[in-house]
Amino acid sequence: MRIGVFVCHCGSNIAGTVDCHAIAERAAELKDVVYTEDVMYTCSEPGQAGIQRAIKEKGLTRVVVASCSPQMHEVTFRRCVEDAGLNPHLFEMANIREHCSWIHDDMPRATEKAYDIIKMAVAKVRTAEPLFPNEVDVNKDVLVIGGGVAGIQTALDLADAGLQVTIVERESTIGGTMARLDKTFPTIDCSACILTPRMVDAAHHQNIAIMAYSEVDRVQGYVGNFVVDIKRRAAMVDWTRCIGCELCVQKCPAHAPDRFNVGLAESKAIYIPFPQAVPKRAVIQTEYCRWFQQGKCRVCSRVCPADAIDYEQKDTYIQRNFGAIVVATGMDVFPWEEYYPQYGGGSIPDVISGLQYERMLNASGPTGGHVHRISNHEEPKNVVFIQCVGSRDESVGRPYCSSVCCMYTAKQAILTRNHCGPETNIFVFYIDIRATGKGYEEFIKRAQTEFNVNYVRGRVSKLYEEHGKVMVRGMDTLLGQQVEIPADLVVLATGTTSAEGAPQLAQALNISYDEFGFFKESHPKLRPVETNTAGVFLAGACQAPKDIPTSVAQASGTASKVLGLLSKDKLKTSPQIAVVDQSRCVSCWKCTDVCPFSAPEKQSQRDGSQKSHIIETVCQGCGICVATCPVNCISLKGFTTDSIIDQIEEALLA
Amino acid sequence: MTAQTETRTRPVKVIAIVCNWCSYAGADGAGTARLKQPYNFRVLRVPCTGRIDPLLALKAFQKGADGVLISGCHPGDCHYSEGNYYARRKFELLDRMLPHLGVESQRFKYTWVSASEAARWQSVITEFVGHVQELGPREGRAL
Repeated sequence: MRIGVFVCHCGSNIAGTVDCHAIAERAAELKDVVYTEDVMYTCSEPGQAGIQRAIKEKGLTRVVVASCSPQMHEVTFRRCVEDAGLNPHLFEMANIREHCSWIHDDMPRATEKAYDIIKMAVAKVRTAEPLFPNEVDVNKDVLVIGGGVAGIQTALDLADAGLQVTIVERESTIGGTMARLDKTFPTIDCSACILTPRMVDAAHHQNIAIMAYSEVDRVQGYVGNFVVDIKRRAAMVDWTRCIGCELCVQKCPAHAPDRFNVGLAESKAIYIPFPQAVPKRAVIQTEYCRWFQQGKCRVCSRVCPADAIDYEQKDTYIQRNFGAIVVATGMDVFPWEEYYPQYGGGSIPDVISGLQYERMLNASGPTGGHVHRISNHEEPKNVVFIQCVGSRDESVGRPYCSSVCCMYTAKQAILTRNHCGPETNIFVFYIDIRATGKGYEEFIKRAQTEFNVNYVRGRVSKLYEEHGKVMVRGMDTLLGQQVEIPADLVVLATGTTSAEGAPQLAQALNISYDEFGFFKESHPKLRPVETNTAGVFLAGACQAPKDIPTSVAQASGTASKVLGLLSKDKLKTSPQIAVVDQSRCVSCWKCTDVCPFSAPEKQSQRDGSQKSHIIETVCQGCGICVATCPVNCISLKGFTTDSIIDQIEEALLA
Repeated sequence: MTAQTETRTRPVKVIAIVCNWCSYAGADGAGTARLKQPYNFRVLRVPCTGRIDPLLALKAFQKGADGVLISGCHPGDCHYSEGNYYARRKFELLDRMLPHLGVESQRFKYTWVSASEAARWQSVITEFVGHVQELGPREGRAL
């Protein structure tokens, strides 16, 4: 056995706290190590070429690279050694950057620790065996969860490329948050004019199936072969008959809060969110329906010309197979009422959220696009915008920037000027202006100069009602004095929060999420649209707050990644899987009990007995069965018990 | 300083066995964020806490570890759906058994650190190593 050890300086990232040259020399004393070298950047082209040269010239049979996390470059180096003729699994990484140089200051002690980590990796690679992947067939259908602008974009890109796409949307229509917006920054384009044709494109595309009013219930399987249970919620309307004429909505006598208009108007118990809904189909909100609540009415059933009302409808479950899943579940508006008692907590009528104001500005919104006070329907003379409500505010548990509020506030301020005329005073309280997109800074400047919007730098400490006005008390930190503005209408630049139910969906998909419920990408720069679960991808604001251009760009990026995955007819599976030594198997079937993937099967033997056998293409390599087997007859390739014990011993040797 | 007090004050040795998807990534995140941590722990990566046979923890104690930490994905968040549930059952039992084997309970801990909890990893490992250091190196041990 001939092991080579390559110690990476990573510039000064490692060499700043670890004496790389010294440990490379010391590593040469380790058993079976025949060649060591310290390299400035092992992952660079010359760095990788050096490893390949050493494999050939020194006859190395195993390689250890001591550098960064395997989650960063294990794939890189495996490919590197494979190109030089070694099996990629005869390679091991020693993470001396994230787990050593970056968390320590003291060079002698950090160097000692780095050396230990290398010893552990050498011990592990010593018992490594060549491993070979299997191949599985790939299902080329794609599931897109969420039908907002990101989901629609990904679905259209994939469908145009010839793949069959199913969009599962929780609401009764696709469109997401963008469908509720009036205009978009920085062009002041009409939001609906951009989005609704795309919604129609998706609906009419022969390769796209839209399942609205549906949710993902359960996900099984793995990349290339997911099995997904989808729950189709009971709409109490037979959508194969409903023609979206809205006659039922007109005649329904029961009122309900209008969720699409964020409570600014009332809707009916039977409901179509907005005129351009796709699919345009009615839903009965049973909690408000007289028939469901009081047992009488049935007006909708009588007026429906299509005989579509079905009070007996039940939730249905459908199982579908997919090769890849794109999560595009978007975001919600921060529920500011619960967190900002100093702003009235929702009790002051003329204090509204940014999304409510968006509906007010919209010509097809509840006020017909007329800006007025909620309390008395008069046109406001003083309009105050307050930024960073539910963003950059640790006191409400939202330290992050919501990334869209500076821009949408500027847009709304400009639209306010257009709607209300030159006499209205417009103020924006801000902490900083974040305008980093293309044309964004210019847009802010236009708001300030061309549209005469007064930007006041400072936080608002309190909102209270006095003499029919909303008093805005805050600090102008540039003037260094307190200001008080009697406002007629206050619009809060409410931040974004993860979509309701995001953690539950993450758990169903086995993907990671952060403390705020945003889904975690595999790597922020190297794998920004992938998750750590192969075959599951992210698009749009479900990953982090994003504006429309960024969401759409990412959605197309996601589509290209899905296409890359599904361009192959067979997928290589990870060879790091469990294997049974059938000569020792006692047929207790504990492995079949614990396996989350049903990988172990009962295999008949010549003597008529049955022994456990792991189906190689189904095993995901978690190793639960290995730790469960009472006779230790299952081992996990790449993570054998011996290799773990060897590492423990190396770590503890004085 | 006598040989005995030297043994008592030497830095303890801690083994941390962590899952690849959550806690290893959390520790990576802590490194990327340059969150300072104790020197005297060594990380071992496995796919899932469900792969960790409790005997491996005992093996570490037998080989001279002064503390063993197991960390995986939060319950419900396992990359393999349920591996951490099996781990939790096993390590809860081990946790209760260890004092009877002469290993103080503060020397063993199983916990959860997600991939996005870099700061939690820092506090978990720092506190755990601190507690083990307070007890000092294990002496006169049979296990």
